[in-house]
Amino acid sequence: MAGDEITLRVARYRPDKDREPGWQEYSVPLRDEWTVLDGLNHLKNEVDTTLAYRWSCRMGICGSCGMNVNGEPKLTCATFLSDYAPGPVKVEPLSNFPVIRDLVVDIDDFMTKLPRVSPWIIRDEEQSIDDGEYLQSPEELDAYKQFSMCINCMLCYAACPVYGLEPEFIGPAAIALAERYDLDSRDHGARERLDVLIEHEGVYGCTFVGECTRVCPKHVDPAAAIQRYKLKAAQESVKMFLLPRALRR
Amino acid sequence: MSTQTQEDLRFHRRVPVLWWIRKRSYFVFVMRELSSLFIAWLVLYLLLFVRSVGRGEQAYEDFLDWASSPWLVVLNVVAFAFVVLHTVTWFSLTPQAMVLAVRGRRVPPAAIIGAQYAGLVVVSAFILWLVTR
Repeated sequence: MAGDEITLRVARYRPDKDREPGWQEYSVPLRDEWTVLDGLNHLKNEVDTTLAYRWSCRMGICGSCGMNVNGEPKLTCATFLSDYAPGPVKVEPLSNFPVIRDLVVDIDDFMTKLPRVSPWIIRDEEQSIDDGEYLQSPEELDAYKQFSMCINCMLCYAACPVYGLEPEFIGPAAIALAERYDLDSRDHGARERLDVLIEHEGVYGCTFVGECTRVCPKHVDPAAAIQRYKLKAAQESVKMFLLPRALRR
Repeated sequence: MSTQTQEDLRFHRRVPVLWWIRKRSYFVFVMRELSSLFIAWLVLYLLLFVRSVGRGEQAYEDFLDWASSPWLVVLNVVAFAFVVLHTVTWFSLTPQAMVLAVRGRRVPPAAIIGAQYAGLVVVSAFILWLVTR
């Protein structure tokens, strides 16, 4: 029955054949419990084995299956087909990234940007193993927990017009991750990260569109992280200007 | 002659010039940015007003004549609409940028937004009193 099916309009790009991406329509069963990813898996298994896309966990943890669904960046494993009934559902690769094939984008740029903010705990002095672990109170954990929920799905990069227009911009997830470590009571690397983020392609690239926060499936709120960083950077600049060298920090 | 590399085969999509009308949130963002121009205009307008007051009664009368010309009224009505947009959008964004803590507890976003509107009311009331007393 036609009522039990929904049309997926899938963007296809086969670099060996196509000069530019085109559309291909498929019909998939419309079931309450099926996500867009289930629809794509059905196509791949039963209809068209040439379709290329990324996925792994199917439970919103791995961050692999991000795609634009009807123009909105979404985790396709958490986006239900029934919400788009009667269809059609447009499935495209994430915006702002070059397309490698069909729904697969090139994420090299993101992967080179992430380590630039030193997303690990930096210590002035390492405590010896005999001294035990670095303890943290529940309040100290709460200070950064929200920013630690990022799964690197890159939906925020796809939603960010600044990143689309100025690819040098380090981007929402990288800055949120920097904030995650800055707010960690065990970390002493804030100065190091600020040196990277205070550059033009760092926090000041952001014009506070806020779309990164709206599309984030993990409620990380990268826009908040970026604005707080701007505040920190501004305070630092004022200090540099006003205070003699000996009193800084 | 040369073999095609992986790089050549990737498809780079361009951001369309009218990207900002594709989504309501993008449109509101661009309007918010645009509102800064109208803020600048109203600052200039206020400075011209103050200058005319300082130059005596004739200059003040001339300013009022100029200010009541239809095109300027239209411009100022549009500018006022943008100022309202500017105020509302920036007020609502403030809690994201500012984390305030009182006695170790985070001040809820609604309180920060409310405090800004309260400040606006107080300042507006003071100016109203100053002008009409």
